[in-house]
Amino acid sequence: MGLKENLHKLKKKYEGKKMAPAFNALHTFLYLPNETTHSGSHVRAADDLKRTMNTVIVALVPCLLFGMFNAGYQHYAAIDETLRAAPLENFFTMDNFLMGCLTILPLVIVSYGVGLAVEFLFAVIKGHEVEEGYLVTGMLVPLIVPVDIPLWMLAVAVIFGVVIGKEVFGGTGMNILNPALTIRAFLFFAYPTWMSGDKVWVHGAVERSKEIAGGANLDAISGETILGSYAQNQEVMYSLQDMFFGFIPGSVGETSKLLIIIGALFLIFTKVGSWRIILSTLVGALVMGLIFNGVVDAGWIENTSKFYGLMSLPFWEHLLVGGLLFGAVYMATDPVTASQTNKGKWIYGFLIGFISIMIRVFNPAYPEGVFLAILLMNVFAPTIDHYVLQGNIKRRQKRLKVKTA
Amino acid sequence: MGLLSKKDSKLITDPLADNNPITIQVLGICSALAITAQLKPSIVMAISVVFVLGVGNVVISLMRNIIPSKIRIIVQLVVVATLVIIVDQVLKAFAYSLSKELSVFIGLIITNCIIMGRFEAFALGNGPWKSFLDGIGNAAGYGLILIIVGFFRELLGSGTLFGFKVLGDSVEKTGLYAIGYENNGFMVLPPMALIVVGIIIWVQRSKNKELIEEN
Repeated sequence: MGLKENLHKLKKKYEGKKMAPAFNALHTFLYLPNETTHSGSHVRAADDLKRTMNTVIVALVPCLLFGMFNAGYQHYAAIDETLRAAPLENFFTMDNFLMGCLTILPLVIVSYGVGLAVEFLFAVIKGHEVEEGYLVTGMLVPLIVPVDIPLWMLAVAVIFGVVIGKEVFGGTGMNILNPALTIRAFLFFAYPTWMSGDKVWVHGAVERSKEIAGGANLDAISGETILGSYAQNQEVMYSLQDMFFGFIPGSVGETSKLLIIIGALFLIFTKVGSWRIILSTLVGALVMGLIFNGVVDAGWIENTSKFYGLMSLPFWEHLLVGGLLFGAVYMATDPVTASQTNKGKWIYGFLIGFISIMIRVFNPAYPEGVFLAILLMNVFAPTIDHYVLQGNIKRRQKRLKVKTA
Repeated sequence: MGLLSKKDSKLITDPLADNNPITIQVLGICSALAITAQLKPSIVMAISVVFVLGVGNVVISLMRNIIPSKIRIIVQLVVVATLVIIVDQVLKAFAYSLSKELSVFIGLIITNCIIMGRFEAFALGNGPWKSFLDGIGNAAGYGLILIIVGFFRELLGSGTLFGFKVLGDSVEKTGLYAIGYENNGFMVLPPMALIVVGIIIWVQRSKNKELIEEN
């Protein structure tokens, strides 16, 4: 008798018991459930919630692997600047990968461990099945935090995000805000020193600066992100190529634009991610970038202004720096929190891009505005849908009147 | 309690839990968010409201038969305003730094919906003794939530209670801070007060299912 039959038998035994949901979650994670629908008509399709979630995870895995190499690369390159001269040769090395494993795997384990524990707990208390919603969130969370974030902070944030961001609204599918972004927002406002500045993006930079403060004779590691540098009107030492391939400091998974674009194509091809949202977000960002460029060209802003650095950034370069692309592809497209109507998706995405760049430029304290813009639009998504629907109804009523008149 | 009949004591205990002005009636939220970042101002605010509502309820109750109903709101406002100014002046005289910290929010007790609400709903229709108990009870229910919220926000946000560093020194890294603990900056921001109040409401309603509203 195989494992499958054993599990089916165990399921019968635990039916109606308190721990049944927790058991069923493991069971259906491994195998298809053994019961079938008996009445009514039903449509057979393979794209259930688990398949959808897994597709997104597959699209995220390259970003995670790249992030591991990058964590090591940034660490070693910060110590030895000469490595940056030839990023391609020095990037995919075993040393980098091991360093990445050491720093990033714990983030993944904490994110999944804590998040799933909360999900299981709620499923057992409320007596419903464990929902798959956390599978994607748990993967997104380690990718949108700095490498050196203390694990206990991540754990606290995950508990907050899953409970306040999702469970209080009724669990997966009922949440208003994207849980992964809720977690990031919590970390950002609760522990700002660990989420911004020039010390958190490179592994070891914080410890190094402490040692220097303690009198050690070492060179400081500085890992300012590109956005941070621009916000302070500083020169950026990375080439466009570095930005596109992702050999730059930043949150774990958002640096490589190439891999994000590949992931986006995969999501669009499998119809899991909405191309309307991705495209309109990018258009929104470009439009706002063009407006700012126009302001600079018209000479309305002095080059001593604190907004000058980011405003004068060529509009298309906004797509290459920061987490805009990652947010547009993996976060804005979350089917639960995004607008549902096609017209609504265009408005929703456009405003995300538009507001992201606005926050990015106007608030130097928040060099990355994408997560705030997406959270804001998450709140407005149902309103957008409402007006799109009402508009549609009105248009059709008018047509009806013309016909009957 | 020998002093109070069963009905009277219910006037005080009801608003503390099952008919709490903040968590059940959802009144007086603004001040609950504004001044609860620390425990001390929360307690001062709670005491101020107990005074204003207790005395105000008695005054309104005594005058309830001579107030023309067309201008009763204005009369109520005059009574509250008088009491609030007394509180404000006392604080300025004896606890200047606290009164600075609470700034406009003492003055804004006037607009606290709980106070006008109790005047309208209770003091206008009941005797002075009952109105006094009702005022004290409702203000205490309000204050209780303020103190709970203030406790958690000060403890988790600043690592202190009444200004004492109960978790250790965050600058010199003693106590909990020595092992890497850090203050939660989010707790100091007003949105977190809303979430803490929300959690209290959640806990209360899951303990007493009768309080859950139908929607």
